[in-house]
Amino acid sequence: MSVTKKRYAMTVDTRQCVGCKACVLSCKAENDVPDGFCRDWIVEDVRGEFPLLAAEIRSERCNHCSDAPCVKNCPTGASHVNEGGIVLVTHGKCSGCKACIAACPYDARFVHPKGYVDKCTFCLHRVQKGLKPGCVAVCPTGTLAFGDLNDSESDVSKNLRTRRWKVNHPESGAQPNLFFLL
Amino acid sequence: MTQSRREFIKIGAAGVAVAAAGTGLASNWWGLDPDVVHDPGTDGDKIVPTFCELCFWKCGVLAHVKNGRVTKIQGNPEHPLSNGRLCPRGTGGMGLLYDPDRLKRPLLRRKGKRGEQAFEEVSWEAALDFTAEKLELIRKTHGPEAVALFSHGYGGSFFKTLMAAYGSASIAAPSYAQCRGAREVGFQLTFGSSLGSPENLDLGNSRCITLIGSHLGENMHNTQVQDFAAAIAKGATVIAVDPRFSTAAGKAKYWLPIKPGTDIALLLAWMHVIVNEGLYDREYVDANTTGLAELRAHLEDKTPEWAFTETTIRPEVIVETARVIAGARPASLIHPGRHTSWYGDDTQRSRAVAILNALVGSWGRRGGFFIPASMGAPKIALPAPATKPRPAPDTPKGVSFPFADETLAHGLRDASIPGTAAYDVKGWIVYGTNLIQALPEPAKTIQAIQELELLVAVDVLPAEIVGWADVVLPECTYLERWDDVGVTPWREPFLAVRQPVVAPMHESKPGWWIAKQLATRLGHGDFFPYDDAGKMVEGRLAKAGYDVDAVKAKGLVRGKAVPVTTEDGLALSFATPSKKIEIYSKQMEAAGLAPLPVYTHHEEAGSGRFRLLYGRSPVHTFGRTTNNRFLGEVMKDNEVWLNAKIAKERGLANGQNVVLVNQDGVKSPPARLKATERMRPDCVYVVHGFGHTDPGLKFAKGRGIDDNALMSRSKIDPAMGGTGMNVNFVSVEKA
Repeated sequence: MSVTKKRYAMTVDTRQCVGCKACVLSCKAENDVPDGFCRDWIVEDVRGEFPLLAAEIRSERCNHCSDAPCVKNCPTGASHVNEGGIVLVTHGKCSGCKACIAACPYDARFVHPKGYVDKCTFCLHRVQKGLKPGCVAVCPTGTLAFGDLNDSESDVSKNLRTRRWKVNHPESGAQPNLFFLL
Repeated sequence: MTQSRREFIKIGAAGVAVAAAGTGLASNWWGLDPDVVHDPGTDGDKIVPTFCELCFWKCGVLAHVKNGRVTKIQGNPEHPLSNGRLCPRGTGGMGLLYDPDRLKRPLLRRKGKRGEQAFEEVSWEAALDFTAEKLELIRKTHGPEAVALFSHGYGGSFFKTLMAAYGSASIAAPSYAQCRGAREVGFQLTFGSSLGSPENLDLGNSRCITLIGSHLGENMHNTQVQDFAAAIAKGATVIAVDPRFSTAAGKAKYWLPIKPGTDIALLLAWMHVIVNEGLYDREYVDANTTGLAELRAHLEDKTPEWAFTETTIRPEVIVETARVIAGARPASLIHPGRHTSWYGDDTQRSRAVAILNALVGSWGRRGGFFIPASMGAPKIALPAPATKPRPAPDTPKGVSFPFADETLAHGLRDASIPGTAAYDVKGWIVYGTNLIQALPEPAKTIQAIQELELLVAVDVLPAEIVGWADVVLPECTYLERWDDVGVTPWREPFLAVRQPVVAPMHESKPGWWIAKQLATRLGHGDFFPYDDAGKMVEGRLAKAGYDVDAVKAKGLVRGKAVPVTTEDGLALSFATPSKKIEIYSKQMEAAGLAPLPVYTHHEEAGSGRFRLLYGRSPVHTFGRTTNNRFLGEVMKDNEVWLNAKIAKERGLANGQNVVLVNQDGVKSPPARLKATERMRPDCVYVVHGFGHTDPGLKFAKGRGIDDNALMSRSKIDPAMGGTGMNVNFVSVEKA
């Protein structure tokens, strides 16, 4: 029996997102993120001049890059690629040196008050139980989808097949896995 | 928001550098430690379903409890209002439960003047005895109707029972005259049915959604925003009429940055096009309405060219959007709005919205307005009140509002100023509504308070109104109490339960207990024939034939779907005098009001001033949540939105502090300026509910500004008495 390796990814439908920040707060509660920090955030990109305006709202987080600069730049091996390509930080191995923070093209990491570097985990602890990440589960507008890119029937695969999309900072070469549907 | 995240990182980097070195280096086994998937451990050892009270939509939630502490709150997948999803506020219920500023023990003002907050902590016994004695005294001296209840929130039902027992019908909520009242009256007059909450909108199936000032997405009623997003996903056209480039405008194919106060002109011009071009639903209109001929004549001169001069929306845009609205019929929804107390002619505007919906045949149709279904449980039998109370004195002497179908909250306030109404109001019980920020003309609210013989506040947090009370009765939060059975008319019938997730913290008590204690002391214990509201709820559910344990385990019971649109097989009927949709309203005519919607040219800002507009943020339910530190993580204060070019002309920079000064010289504290292309040049905008002043709100106090403090004027709707509040003008000055 051949087992296809999973490649987890997330799609963010910018047409549907209203920027309500339920994703941010759901993540904070789910992951017990300390006060003053967050693992995901909202960007409101408004262009033009009154009255000719256009807006794009994006729910952003770690891109769980396939060629992750944080992992390559981690001196202790704390930042690593876990199941399904999800980039994680093993707390006990992290020295808090911040090399990964400097390397990350997405500004997705911060130093947890306990001393290790922290960021979005795609809620792998939930995914392993068959649940969706906290942000995806709460999202009232259905903006967020999560799944396996190697499964052609997953929501993310279908979204990327049927919609126009972009990634942030494609020039980084990091091969991000957070896709914005346009 | 990138900026605030950068701030987070800065704080993190600076504040914890020492800790960082410490913990990391403590492990000398970097290479040998296995890679771990850390589980944050927030799953509950117990999950309790209940329904939310962070706003008034009543979404079903699942509260995770671990070691007796609520760790997270998620949407209940079984509940038709949440569908497993939540808005940010509902997600942050823990921030209310564990707010360190909560009212913890009963407080009594034995000395000092009202408002000086010279409170003493007392026992429940003492607080309840004091309250009951004062209530009895007012009843003897002035009659029971001289006590008014102001109530907002589901737990208020027990205090309404208390009022029935005590003998007063003076019960009001600012959610009527200060919010959705005019909308309800406009629809009631036209379709014979108001909309209520949650509104009966089939947004998810709409092909065209027209928003008049409604900023869905910022106004974050969970199911409504779910449906709005679903419609967008299916390619619905959005037309956003708003002086501000709202989130919804950002989703719109057509953004019409209308001059504030001119919506009725636009609505009339749209109808002019739709009627003249014969684009209306002829079959539906012929079968179900009266008054089309009168409307046609009324619209003759309401041309797009005429409307352009009022609205600043170009005639060709009016024509095109009118065709788009009609083209999507009947799944074309002209959103009725919710907070509609704007200009004092709000019933007229609501009627115009209702009639436009009638022309496109959206009432009772898929993608328009569904006809809600509900299910009930037998109510507990209560004694008949001894006498019929006098009507609430909620209008000035000699004034009446023919279509007011709820009591006016500001009217009861005004009646507290002696000699102004049919009789004087002498005592207030205020349940969960911060009248200081909710009623316009706040100086009048303070004046009225000083005239009272008793002010009782029942609340969770020390909102400003609590500081003015004589006695403060600390209620526990929705997560710590039973409330009555949750009955919500919706697309499908269901009943929900609100049950305690954790035991009441501090010395707070559930509302039902407080009301029962007062009733018992007043000799009306028989209105609360139970010792535990949970048993009462269970009894009602059992009597209705439901499996009580199953309902408690799921948090709700769903009924059988029934037809809610004509497409499902519903037969339309209208509870108007003519049994038809009344385009021409003989009821209005009989009351001496315009039977077809008329446009009034409202006062304009004048040079150097801007119309003050206000609205919602998805993160907050006005002032009720702004002390919630968890929600404060993503929104701590509000900003003053001002057109970027105007700001530049005045030498005001984005992000600098400004003050607003209104037409009567009322000045706001400093607030951050948001100089933005997203505003028309003739108005400013702030999110409502900030600028708290009560010292007990240690987080919210002094953050942002309170728009209501600047509302020294309001304009009264002659049809239903609502207070139009978009009638204040401010200058923007350097702080």
